[in-house]
Amino acid sequence: MGSGTSTQHHFAFQNAEKAFKAAALIQRWYRRYMARLEMRRRCTWSIFQSIEYAGQQDQVKLHDFFSYLMDHFTPSSHNERDFLSRMFTEERLPQDSEMEGCRDYDCIEVPDSYMGPRLSFPLLPDHATALLEAFRLKQQLHARYVLNLLHETRKYLVQLPNINRVSTCYSEEITVCGDLHGQLDDLIFIFYKNGLPSPERAYVFNGDFVDRGKDSLEILMVLFAFMLVYPKEFHLNRGNHEDHMVNLRYGFTKEVMHKYKTHGKKILKVLQDVFCWLPLATLVDEKVLILHGGVSDKTDLELLSKLDRHKIVSAMRCKTRKENEKQAEKGKANQTGSAGKPSPWFLPQSHSLPSSPLRLGSHKAHKDSRSSSVPCSIPPNPQELSRQVRRSVDLELERCRQQAGFPVIKEKKEEPLLFSSEADSEAGELLQPTQEEWRQVVDILWSDPMAQEGCKANTVRGGGCYFGPNVTEQLLQKYNLQFLIRSHECKPEGYEFCHSRKVLTIFSASNYYEVGSNRGAYVKLGPALTPHIVQYQANKATHMLTMRQRISRVEESALRALRGKLFAHSSDLLGEFKKHDKDKTGLITLSDWAAAVESVLHLGLPWRMLRPQLVNSSTDNMLEYKSWLEDLAKEQLSHENIQSSLLETLYRNRSNLETIFRIIDSDHSGFISLDEFRQTWKLFSSHMKIDITDDCICDLARSIDFNKDGHIDINEFLEAFRLVEQSCSEGNASECPQATNANSGYSRPDAH
Amino acid sequence: MSRIIQWMEIGTIIRSLGCCPSEGELHDLIAEVEEEEPTGYIRYEKFLPVMTQVLLERRYRPIPEDILLRAFEVLDPAKRGFLSKEELIKYMTEEGEPFSQEEMEEMLSAAIDPESNSIHYKDYITMMVIDEN
Repeated sequence: MGSGTSTQHHFAFQNAEKAFKAAALIQRWYRRYMARLEMRRRCTWSIFQSIEYAGQQDQVKLHDFFSYLMDHFTPSSHNERDFLSRMFTEERLPQDSEMEGCRDYDCIEVPDSYMGPRLSFPLLPDHATALLEAFRLKQQLHARYVLNLLHETRKYLVQLPNINRVSTCYSEEITVCGDLHGQLDDLIFIFYKNGLPSPERAYVFNGDFVDRGKDSLEILMVLFAFMLVYPKEFHLNRGNHEDHMVNLRYGFTKEVMHKYKTHGKKILKVLQDVFCWLPLATLVDEKVLILHGGVSDKTDLELLSKLDRHKIVSAMRCKTRKENEKQAEKGKANQTGSAGKPSPWFLPQSHSLPSSPLRLGSHKAHKDSRSSSVPCSIPPNPQELSRQVRRSVDLELERCRQQAGFPVIKEKKEEPLLFSSEADSEAGELLQPTQEEWRQVVDILWSDPMAQEGCKANTVRGGGCYFGPNVTEQLLQKYNLQFLIRSHECKPEGYEFCHSRKVLTIFSASNYYEVGSNRGAYVKLGPALTPHIVQYQANKATHMLTMRQRISRVEESALRALRGKLFAHSSDLLGEFKKHDKDKTGLITLSDWAAAVESVLHLGLPWRMLRPQLVNSSTDNMLEYKSWLEDLAKEQLSHENIQSSLLETLYRNRSNLETIFRIIDSDHSGFISLDEFRQTWKLFSSHMKIDITDDCICDLARSIDFNKDGHIDINEFLEAFRLVEQSCSEGNASECPQATNANSGYSRPDAH
Repeated sequence: MSRIIQWMEIGTIIRSLGCCPSEGELHDLIAEVEEEEPTGYIRYEKFLPVMTQVLLERRYRPIPEDILLRAFEVLDPAKRGFLSKEELIKYMTEEGEPFSQEEMEEMLSAAIDPESNSIHYKDYITMMVIDEN
């Protein structure tokens, strides 16, 4: 042993070294743990986002289908014509005279028992604040006041320009908020934290006020009220959800009809118009451009300023037949328009991506600058293509007609009948925007930024485009702007900068996918227009959770949704798995599993990473796929005996089915006739390319309550297959229409 | 989809692939895969061969539970079974490859028992490990 001190030093040094190493080890381990947690969070995010966008794509496909039908369907009977025209006249722009008719809200009586807020016009700031407070206390505004407010809103909006110009010299601060999606709690939070709107406190709300959340209408009422009270300081931009077609699918229509049973339809009608009158963008100090989605390489602010924004009713646009023919004529002259129309996606074809009529007129532009990922082949003879396409659609519809019991058409008509009446189309032409105008608007409402340079079609959403940093730069330079503020995409932190901080995404609906999924944020533009972001999460509970707990919770929710989607595609998955199992062993490798699942669901998810969460049992890297599918079904249906593709189809297409029903139910009564129900079903099954016999549908219908004079309650129908499940799980398998028809009532063309 | 990522994401990716590098080792790895002119981005084509090698060589193996426990015990020579909040903060922010403030706060939120204001490391490890699996 050496002298005392040097030993002490030696030990001290050793100890210090050990402590250092120990700390380093713990840190290393901890960082790895956090990285894996982060990865789980991102996977969860991908799941939610891809399911959401797949839904949007579905919506677009559905409307492509209707548009196409409208162009090519030859109704053989008066009933058929009426049926379809009723669907499509939903699209028709309400005439001004009709708007005047809606002033009859004056006649609506408000009972003395009504304890909610009462409005009188012109509105005062106190009224707006009182309205907000009333909603916070969960009161409902009477229909009369709703309509009155909407009417005043419309009057005001009509005189606004397409692009609102705002200056910071009047109010000291400007706060910009993004998507709210019916989440009133977030709006209340913003106003209480940041302060109510006032002449000193300007606000811009950047679209998507409605859908998904449960208080969309209340949000609109508050926003409109403040806008009327502080017209110079309070500004609204239109979002892609301020669109009655989108509302059919995403819940706003349902919310209004549920809250206002008597006057809901009228309210929706007025709203449809009010949405069209919302400005498209806001420009602050000529330097900061605020719009909902984004831009494209073709964005032209001058054109956007000049067009009649009221003509753009919906991004899901149904063109009238007359218009198509006009385009075809023009096409012969200068090779644009429908002449080069690629064949629609729902007809058999070689490429897999949908070529949406949303992009119809623009494939000339494809040659110029936009590299589109939507392939289109321009056939040499446009007449021939059009004839071919018409023939295949005719065959398809022939089948439907036969099934529906309509008389068979002997000769194929070469020339399509004029669909809309003469008077209609004349007026219709005046009210239709040009293809270019419409595309300009869809671009700014639907586009998303991307990291790479360039500009390409946004096939994920089905509308607008992906725009790169060079497109942003080009636009900013062209119009001498500093940066862009947009919304449209949910971000985990409520905001995100991109394109070298030239584009700011701001999203104000916290906990959008699930409690704990994301923060909301708003941005304040300070002096010299520097952005200051404020984040929040409008649910106290989440503050108590650790990151780990939050992520686990959101993850569970995402995985549940994903398992639901997997179940909904059971038949297709089985088919795909069998392809990987040529020797019929009943087993496939996990890699094959991942490949098969992606090829069926097209969600672009990291399946191999998710596999441990979705597949419980696998030995030696092999999976018994049949029992895995059965386990999935058990989870979803919570009983063992049902093996029904019909059920699966319904489950998978719930949203589509619901949307179609709501379109048919043009008076929003919630009821459709049995006949309409059957015709809807025929259309639906031709859209989804499934054969379903009349018997099967009638059996299904039998389980629904039909006492209402041969009318079907939409909600009852949609709940019906859950009723079926229930009765089966109670052990009454024989009562179950599904069980008896399981494999005989219908056939799938590609059934194995 | 672009096949480039920002360099700060590399750590997350490597760690979620099962590796457990120290910060220093991570920086060395990033240097290997970065572009000559650092753009801040890393290309997949360059990343793949390097990462494959790392995995084949089984570099940066994760730390077994018992070694982790021993590391905590080194910091707790009196063998109390716990570390006080102040001790944990001191070690994690002053020794080894120090935590950022954010990292420290995040660890504290999950690890510290609010009543005793200390971390009972054995339970902590067990909890985290279960969570992983």
